[in-house]
Amino acid sequence: MAIEGLLGTKLGMVQTFDPKGNVHGCTVLEAGPCVVTQIRTKERDGYEAVQLGYGTKKRLNEPEKGHLQASSAGNVRYLREFKADDIAALTIGQKLTIDMFKAGDRVDVTAISKGRGFAGVVKRHGFSGGPKTHGQSDRHRAPGSIGSGTTPGRVLKGLRMAGHMGSKQVTVKNLEVVEVNAARGILLVKGPVPGAASGLVKIRHTKPDAPKQR
Amino acid sequence: MDMSSVVEVTANPQIKPFRVGDTVRVAVKVVEGDKERIQNFEGVVIKRRNAGTSTNFTVRRISNGIGVERTFLVYSPRIDKLDVLREGRVRRAKLFYLRGLTGKAARIKERGRTRK
Repeated sequence: MAIEGLLGTKLGMVQTFDPKGNVHGCTVLEAGPCVVTQIRTKERDGYEAVQLGYGTKKRLNEPEKGHLQASSAGNVRYLREFKADDIAALTIGQKLTIDMFKAGDRVDVTAISKGRGFAGVVKRHGFSGGPKTHGQSDRHRAPGSIGSGTTPGRVLKGLRMAGHMGSKQVTVKNLEVVEVNAARGILLVKGPVPGAASGLVKIRHTKPDAPKQR
Repeated sequence: MDMSSVVEVTANPQIKPFRVGDTVRVAVKVVEGDKERIQNFEGVVIKRRNAGTSTNFTVRRISNGIGVERTFLVYSPRIDKLDVLREGRVRRAKLFYLRGLTGKAARIKERGRTRK
């Protein structure tokens, strides 16, 4: 395939049945349609990639208008770059649809995970917390000791502590495409996908040499 | 967006229409190793949740003096058939109050009968 994937939206989750009657939780993704808005070439940019536009927004600012003029993509909301095997096969303004995916394919899905705010060590790193009973007070979700005493006299760098969690880019690899509904532009992928419903997702074909999982 | 319309579901014609409060017999396909057999579960439907492919219902019965509840997915191919044995007349959608009752107190009036 010329391009590795598409932009899309996470719509939500459903349960599906496989032929054996087993139930699977599946994520519903809208994939595309996307417009090729720019092609990055080795000569000009130093690397090869394709910029895709997806979604709509009410108005564009002047720089955006200028950028999107060549592709006549309309009021595109998101612009993201994708790798492509053969950028010569793509032209600016070309529309890319869900047709590149079919049931049984393996895909990697990248999205921004749900923000958890300033999270404690139990939620953020899976610590066990302290004992619930035996005279404990205010120790239930505490991190425990964070280091030694006078030697080394400091807390080691990289020690897992409380802090901001979520709202960062997460990729889930090797998800099976269960169903493709081309008429509605909808894709069903086995298992969960990062981020909230209605969030932007990047759906890419898993590389063929990726280790088999799940 | 409403997720319930995303996946096409085909209703099993062997599942008769039923309501909460009905006494039903559910025939479930049980896979044991490579063999498959049918197992019946009989009891009162105490809840039904309509949610597209995930539509499910719970059947409660008293087995050897112990209350047993089992939840089934309506569109699961594992359900072979469902027969309504007795139609119950109830005034609420979820019959969780039955959990606290046994014997005579846990009876449900039959629907469609004229009052004496």
